[in-house]
Amino acid sequence: MSQDQYVQIQSYTFAQPPNELVLKSGGKLGPITLAYETYGKLNRDKSNAILIFHALTGDAHAAGLHKDSGTLGWWDPMIGAGKAFDTDKYFVICINCIGGCKGSTGPSSMNPATGKPYGMSFPVITIEDMVQSQKRLMDHLGIKKLLCASGGSMGGLMAMEWAVRFPGTLRSAILIATNYKHTAQQIALHEAARQAIMSDPNWNQGDYYGKAVPAQGMAVSRMIGHITYMSERSMEEKFGRKLQGKERVGYDFSHDFEVQNYLHYRGASFVQRFDANSYLYISKALDYFDLSEDTDLLTVFKGVQTKFLVITFTSDWLYPSYQSKDVVKAMKANDIDVSFIEINTTYGHDSFLVEIDGQSRLVKSFLENIK
Amino acid sequence: MRTDHKYILDMIEPHSHVLDLGCGDGQLLWLLMKQKNCQATGIEIDEKAIYKCVERGVTVSHGDVDSGLQDYSDQRFDYVILNESLQEILNPEKVIMEALRVGKKVIVGIPNFCSLSARLQIFFLGKVPVTKGLPYTWYNTPNLRFLSIKDFREFCHQRHITIEAECAIGPTSEVHIWPNLLADIAIFLIKR
Repeated sequence: MSQDQYVQIQSYTFAQPPNELVLKSGGKLGPITLAYETYGKLNRDKSNAILIFHALTGDAHAAGLHKDSGTLGWWDPMIGAGKAFDTDKYFVICINCIGGCKGSTGPSSMNPATGKPYGMSFPVITIEDMVQSQKRLMDHLGIKKLLCASGGSMGGLMAMEWAVRFPGTLRSAILIATNYKHTAQQIALHEAARQAIMSDPNWNQGDYYGKAVPAQGMAVSRMIGHITYMSERSMEEKFGRKLQGKERVGYDFSHDFEVQNYLHYRGASFVQRFDANSYLYISKALDYFDLSEDTDLLTVFKGVQTKFLVITFTSDWLYPSYQSKDVVKAMKANDIDVSFIEINTTYGHDSFLVEIDGQSRLVKSFLENIK
Repeated sequence: MRTDHKYILDMIEPHSHVLDLGCGDGQLLWLLMKQKNCQATGIEIDEKAIYKCVERGVTVSHGDVDSGLQDYSDQRFDYVILNESLQEILNPEKVIMEALRVGKKVIVGIPNFCSLSARLQIFFLGKVPVTKGLPYTWYNTPNLRFLSIKDFREFCHQRHITIEAECAIGPTSEVHIWPNLLADIAIFLIKR
């Protein structure tokens, strides 16, 4: 890979006091730094920009290779030269959300007022606040109208919020494996994951920076998460009842089964790469999201001119298809141009990250037909 | 171009909003977009066909025809097309009425189950007919409803649905005499 194919993280700082960002909760946040990456070139009239939103524990590194760490972006099969989001044609931007821990201002960032990490003094943020901050970065980059906004899971919520909040600024949106509000089951699963972290003594009311992190709690929260991202079928296909490094079960509480080992591995790697407080804050932002909280969903989409592509997956039980179908229904009732497809996969909610062939075909041709 | 597509194309005014129920790979809608500058929307149950539609720039929803119409507001479309799909629908009466609600006009294309060759097979062979237009045997047919041109006219008459235009098509060309005997398919333009 040549030198210029490495991607670099960039950042933008704004909302310096006393001009902090006013949050949905009524609280304020500032200064705010947003970490972001861009791929491809912005054309002269700035009309080829596509904003990609990451999911709960994602970050700005959506595509390409980081020189130092050697890590590939989380949606690299979808973004790049000749790929679905073709960087030969489009200027693709991915921003780490506020509340995150990968360069954007979040609970692990230094609070300039105290000189210490925010911890639990970080204000509660919402999806709306994330989108508001992202709009500020688009203004800074001089991009008035996006060709497309797209994301899976939490990223889909942000794309939808963007379309509704800034209706004239978005020509198209691709919503993948998402919902317009978090349901009781989705909130419940998040609560179990949050309690796992908060009941770890090392969590210490969020004040663990520079000390031992709540590793056990984080690992358990990630195990819960991973179970919800897969499907019964995909787990059966991947692990079945295969034993881990042994011929017979041990009749003890060691790791008998491969699936146990997998969950422990996932849990441990999560501790290395993510901040426990960020998980608490972002998962709460998801739970608070309800596009229809002030009115019905039909009214929400009134006047929206964006062209939509909505994608769901048959085996996704965390964000089941019917939730997206409700969104599509409300769009149709508002005469919005919307295409909908339910892709047949076994990968569960994770499909948006791993089912590349179908999504690539759809995204590529959908984007080519945006006028 | 498919013969039925040619006749349907002739029935539709340029710049119309068109909904095709059971649009398949979007061929007809694509023609309407290219040749008549129509705004085209489709509903299709087959996942593979959806990819083709999106590739053609056709707006499409993945779902079945029986439940796909309720999402749209009254008189939303200039035309709703039900071509070669009515016979595969669970509840055709409800779908036609819904199509007439969301569309100002409805185009219905049906296979004629009472064409001459079908009648001969029933009469002389004593078997359920298998013809070029109806190639399925009883155990693998997707068809749920069996109707003739006369049956459809009668249906419209009983429900005070106006037949604005009607076109019967035989093996080679349009059929003008005895269509219920000589035509393989028929296309109706109906409205309330």
